[in-house]
Amino acid sequence: MPWPEKKSPEGDAAEKKTLGKGVFRKCDGCGETMPSEAFSANFEVCPQCGQHHKLAAGGWRALLLDDGALDEWDAHLEPTDPLEFADGKTYPERIAAAQKSSHAREAIEVGRGSLDGHAIAWGSFLFAFMGGSMGSVVGEKIARLFERATAERLPVVLLQASGGARMQEGILSLMQMAKTVGALERLKDARLPFVSVLLHPTTGGVAASFALLGDVNLAEPGALIGFAGPRVIEQTIRQKLPEGFQRSEFLLSHGMVDAIVSRLAMRRTIATVLGHLTKTSKAD
Amino acid sequence: MAAAFVLPFEKPVVELVSRVRELRELARADTALEPELRRLEDKAAKLARELFAELSPWQKVQLSRHPGRPYSLDYFDRILTDFVELHGDRTFGDDAAIVAGLARFQGRPVVVVGHQKGRGAKDNVKRNFGMPHPEGYRKALRMYGMASRFELPILTFIDTPGAYPGIGAEERGQSEAIGACLAAMARAPVPIIATILGEGGSGGALALGMANRVLVLEYGTYSVISPEGCASILWKDGSKADEAAARMKMTAQDLLRLGVVDRIVDEPPGGAHQDHDASARHVERAIAAALRELDILGPQGLVEDRYRRFRKLGAFVA
Ligand SMILES: [Zn+2]
Repeated sequence: MPWPEKKSPEGDAAEKKTLGKGVFRKCDGCGETMPSEAFSANFEVCPQCGQHHKLAAGGWRALLLDDGALDEWDAHLEPTDPLEFADGKTYPERIAAAQKSSHAREAIEVGRGSLDGHAIAWGSFLFAFMGGSMGSVVGEKIARLFERATAERLPVVLLQASGGARMQEGILSLMQMAKTVGALERLKDARLPFVSVLLHPTTGGVAASFALLGDVNLAEPGALIGFAGPRVIEQTIRQKLPEGFQRSEFLLSHGMVDAIVSRLAMRRTIATVLGHLTKTSKAD
Repeated sequence: MAAAFVLPFEKPVVELVSRVRELRELARADTALEPELRRLEDKAAKLARELFAELSPWQKVQLSRHPGRPYSLDYFDRILTDFVELHGDRTFGDDAAIVAGLARFQGRPVVVVGHQKGRGAKDNVKRNFGMPHPEGYRKALRMYGMASRFELPILTFIDTPGAYPGIGAEERGQSEAIGACLAAMARAPVPIIATILGEGGSGGALALGMANRVLVLEYGTYSVISPEGCASILWKDGSKADEAAARMKMTAQDLLRLGVVDRIVDEPPGGAHQDHDASARHVERAIAAALRELDILGPQGLVEDRYRRFRKLGAFVA
């Protein structure tokens, strides 16, 4: 299974520099140095060139959910160590470190919210937590998300940013792919929409399970989306990969995603799609 | 059939097994020797089992990849009749890393899908070492759909290092192809029995693995990433694969303990590669038993059984 790249190209690497009084940052796209607020006020999209930098989970809630409000489900689920896995550090040590640095219990938040007036079931990967990797907790929360959405007749909007399966939980991580897709098929049987939003990066076991099975697959510009990580492919075929390989634009031209949507247009696009698929007319 | 390729640790067992086989050949004409030969065979089998009892996880990984091991088509030859191979995904091409078709299992029509490794260099190029492209998974998808429509049990046979990581595979949507297989298996209102014959390499294996019953051969493995891949990520050193193999809990015995497989199928003394016929008999018996268990479930019961089976896998603190 492809593995989370140690560091995403853009990732959290956005350079922070203190110049004079304010905090300034350099854009990963155009290289322009601007006050940090110029990025944060624009949901981490460069006001100059439109480069999408990584947006934390709270930012996504503020961007897409009405009042930024999420009624969180299953927040209490925490990982355990079924394989007693260690690689220098033990898995529990790695979990503790991830929880501390990300201020989250696991690599996904799920719950109920509303998006432009549409009640939705919401899921959002936290890439900052062990590369958004899917272990038992992530799998369980996604399965429950699909099940509860089916029971409460809610469409699902799921934002993915994940390097794939979590190696420290071994084969049980792989089983989460089957578990989540099984639950997704129940949502589909109930004729409820699944809007899959592909962020940077979406690879491995997340890509190869539910991520590309949306009724509508929307991708952010420039996101890395694929089964195998670029490094693994380069090592296998022993050649450099072409520019733009496995990026959103590549997936669009190969028919794998429905549309590339700028972060700033994401809320409107999802709301419009939900409106069409849920046959409700909005009155306001 | 003797295996030409011998791993260092299997040498004593291989010698023992081939001695017994020679005796059996010699004694063919003389029925009086039969009881004595039986005793000898039992003793040799017990000894072989003892010698293999202490194998490390990494040694089991090597056995699961043994080039003399029977592959899907070897089992098809022995446990199926009237096999009609069906080719192609109707969209792009035919992937020889997956073989599929219609056949009879113990007289009953079934759909079969299996990974297929090659034997020898030339055949391995054709089979891409058992690493499928999206068109292979879409061929499997087509089979799952046909089985569902005609209410035929699905028998799958897993033996792959993994789905192929390459340019064409990504261009043609490897991720979507695997995801679509999982979705189709989730929905199929028919019995699905998966047998891990050798290597169960990650998502590329799971695309044939979302079954009501998952069987694994005694020296089969199943893992989220290859031990080499795991080692190169953890220690930047692929040669520490032996250590990674132990940590990943990927042997048949580990898988049974974790609930990932339902049953271990015994291999003949010295491993499946020592006796393809005997191995096929064991696999046939295990599949038949699983089918009997599933036959009492109706279409909806089968879907529910499969859902519950995977729904409970995972470990967390609530
Ligand atoms: Zn810029």
